[in-house]
Amino acid sequence: MIQFKGWEGFIPGKWCNDEIDVRDFIQRNYTPYEGDSKFLAPATEATKKLWQIVCDLSKKEREAGGVLDADTKIVSTLTSHGAGYLDKDLEKIVGVQTDAPFKRSLQPFGGIRMSEGALEMYGYKIDPQVKEIFTKYRKTHNEGVFDAYTPEMRAARSAHILTGLPDAYGRGRIIGDYRRVALYGVDYLIKKKEEDKLAINGDMTPDKVRNREEIADQIKALKALKEMAVIYGCDISKPAETAQQAIQALYFGYLAAVKDQNGAAMSIGRNTTFLDIYIERDLQKGLITEEEAQEFIDHFIMKLRIVKFMRTKEYNELFSGDPTWVTESIGGMGVDGRSLVTKTAFRVLHTLDNLGPAPEPNLTVLWSKRLPAEFKKYCAEISIRTSSIQYESDELMRPEMGDDYAIACCVSCMRVGKDMQFFGARANLAKCLLYAINGGKDEIMKDKVTGKPMQVSPEFVPITSNDALDFNEVTAKFDTMMTWLADLYVNTLNLIHYMHDKYSYEALEMALHDTNVRRFFATGIAGLSCAADSLSAIKYAKVYPIRNEDGIVVDFKIEGDFPKYGNNDDRADDMAVWILKTFMKKVKSHYTYRDSVPTTSILTITSNVVYGKKTGNTPDGRRGGTPLAPGANPMHGRDCNGALASLESVAKLPYEYSRDGISNTFSITPGSLGKE
Amino acid sequence: MTGSIHSFESFGTVDGPGIRFVVFLQGCPLRCKYCHNPDTWLAGGKEYSAEEVAERAVKYRSYFGDKGGVTVSGGEPLLQIDFVTELFTILKKRGVNTCVDTSGFTFNEADEENVRRHKKLLEVADLFLLDIKHIDDAAHRDLTGQSNAHTLAFAKFLSDNGKKIWIRHVLVPGYTDDDGALKRLSAFISTLKTVEKVEVLPYHTMGEVKYGKLGYQYPLAGVQPPEKERVENAKRILCEGMGHE
Repeated sequence: MIQFKGWEGFIPGKWCNDEIDVRDFIQRNYTPYEGDSKFLAPATEATKKLWQIVCDLSKKEREAGGVLDADTKIVSTLTSHGAGYLDKDLEKIVGVQTDAPFKRSLQPFGGIRMSEGALEMYGYKIDPQVKEIFTKYRKTHNEGVFDAYTPEMRAARSAHILTGLPDAYGRGRIIGDYRRVALYGVDYLIKKKEEDKLAINGDMTPDKVRNREEIADQIKALKALKEMAVIYGCDISKPAETAQQAIQALYFGYLAAVKDQNGAAMSIGRNTTFLDIYIERDLQKGLITEEEAQEFIDHFIMKLRIVKFMRTKEYNELFSGDPTWVTESIGGMGVDGRSLVTKTAFRVLHTLDNLGPAPEPNLTVLWSKRLPAEFKKYCAEISIRTSSIQYESDELMRPEMGDDYAIACCVSCMRVGKDMQFFGARANLAKCLLYAINGGKDEIMKDKVTGKPMQVSPEFVPITSNDALDFNEVTAKFDTMMTWLADLYVNTLNLIHYMHDKYSYEALEMALHDTNVRRFFATGIAGLSCAADSLSAIKYAKVYPIRNEDGIVVDFKIEGDFPKYGNNDDRADDMAVWILKTFMKKVKSHYTYRDSVPTTSILTITSNVVYGKKTGNTPDGRRGGTPLAPGANPMHGRDCNGALASLESVAKLPYEYSRDGISNTFSITPGSLGKE
Repeated sequence: MTGSIHSFESFGTVDGPGIRFVVFLQGCPLRCKYCHNPDTWLAGGKEYSAEEVAERAVKYRSYFGDKGGVTVSGGEPLLQIDFVTELFTILKKRGVNTCVDTSGFTFNEADEENVRRHKKLLEVADLFLLDIKHIDDAAHRDLTGQSNAHTLAFAKFLSDNGKKIWIRHVLVPGYTDDDGALKRLSAFISTLKTVEKVEVLPYHTMGEVKYGKLGYQYPLAGVQPPEKERVENAKRILCEGMGHE
């Protein structure tokens, strides 16, 4: 058994027996905490000063129109920039994306036009040489995708029946197991990857060649990670020996990921229970005080708050802001029945008091009724004060994912270091229903050549009668149209992810995964409640089509009332369930890239507004251009039986068909939760 | 039989203990100036059978916990007392806690048949939220258009029959927050034996928009919600009537 100084005092096990097994390490060594929050320490003077620097920079950034400084010349790699600091003497955890905080990096591997466009929007000009390199000599992901897109894919994309596709930006959603950097040190990780590479032998099929090349890239990335740490005067080749070193090493892993990738969601994993083991060890040895432990955590979280990417204004519009989705998953229950809540879970939530509320990192509590009472109480207190905690059901996810999964983005769960995913944006099913009625002609877009309505799908037979829409006829056509859409959608994603792997491979993040990783093929659905209500209207009321001069149905006349999704009424809710199951079964019937496991999500938290703009009038009475409901929410104002009825409708959607997550946006005022 | 229903609330947290399914019945004989549900005054609504309503309510049973259940409110739910009794009979058979939010206006102690029907309801109702709008009859008439004699008689009737009561009093500055009246109300409460709780409900203006939609004049235009201190004052005075804080 190899022994490192950093492992002294830890209970050994499989994790240190020539293996990489962080979960085993945690299970053998962590200390569940059942107590209250009284032990927590306030912000130190250094923390306050540093946070003031961040606040000042944020103010300057806002005044500068959203971007304070941006690199136009140096392409971001792990080692491209010198060290950057807020205040070197005060920082306990160091490292920023470029050589200065708030200076955004140049990340053109996803697409040079995106980089150039984003810079221009904020008044910067890309260095001509960089542009030349990434147009003439180095192909980007974006160029690869557009080289290979079929005309049909391009049409579906421009008509926005497929939307938000990661074809011009980083797909994100991959969570490296950053804990490995701290627990094992980079040399050990390199050694294991070298062994994995050696084991791929025999007939050199394209798959094996790709695997060998990818592992080689991972090893290079790990070596670069070590160099990056050296730039900051740190050696992370060996296991961390103190809590400060462990947090620093873990953060370096994450920092390397955001230097490498401008992903749509760059989540950080599930780290509090792990880090608590190091903090406990130092506290028991008397090496640090609670104030120092809190200071490490505060400085770490501060760094996560200032992660920034250079993005276009359209991108920010789609996501309603400039989110980085640095999701940190906290708490949850172990499969052995012990809670995974430690003092460090409290310390991380306590940053919301010490530094004030913030949307990032996206602190996500994995909720179970069985969590310690004091922790639940503390979460409630912090939520009331800051509205900055996200909650997700550990009970729902644990049976499938075990007790070492984390959330990527907002709801998408994966086992840390063992699963990755191919993020797939979403298909607009409300629009798909309109296509079913119009035989695949878009209700808004015109063909550029003929000026006639754009034919996006093959020419299916439209509904020609002007009588009230017949439910059976519409569902049959909708079913057919979903068959087409699922096929096109899956294959569009197959192509996108092939190119992303080829031109913008996440070598560092994947180096912090098992080589034999499970891959998810993460599709998504938009417009579910709108489509469900539309079918309900057609079935239970009379819906007459209204056509324009081209014969396209562009509006509907509705006579009578109909049940609406969101009222715990099976008649409408079953429509939503049917749509989800039908679409997902069709997705599953296709080949998915790299034998990935198809999943779907219903979670358009903000982009529902943009998707709605591109969707015409719908049979449920929704006006064209108005927002679709977010995620799996009922359409706005249509749930009129109170909160539980609304939530019960959403809860009928079967999770096994939507493993990548179901979101429901729900606000409630404290007063409406009761009087005492 | 069927009842005229205005609407349902699946997550009621302010009308009785715990999480409750609230059934708002249509129609009310009072015209309280501060009413925030003027859309429930007139007849109308949608007809549902007692079974249908019970069926809807028990869907939320898993949320009721130890304390929650079903509350009928309105409007004045006891305008449809036979429907409420039938609904509660079904719910009690299914082990659901039942509660009535009423002004007591329908009670008439001089009418034997009326008393018999109210007594029948008591057998299946666990708790009454009794809204005493004003203790002085003249002021009550001015505020609601009706006498408070029925309400006070009903309070005594509930007390005499050992039925649990939560007294509710909406606090409207200038109308119902006079210390003298509050003390007289408190004295009345002290004559009742089964009062478990007294709730002071601060007047709010959230109902005002409904008046506009219905084409009604809003009688309390310009009246502001009470100051926190006045609410505390009212609570203090009224809780003395319960004999404890």
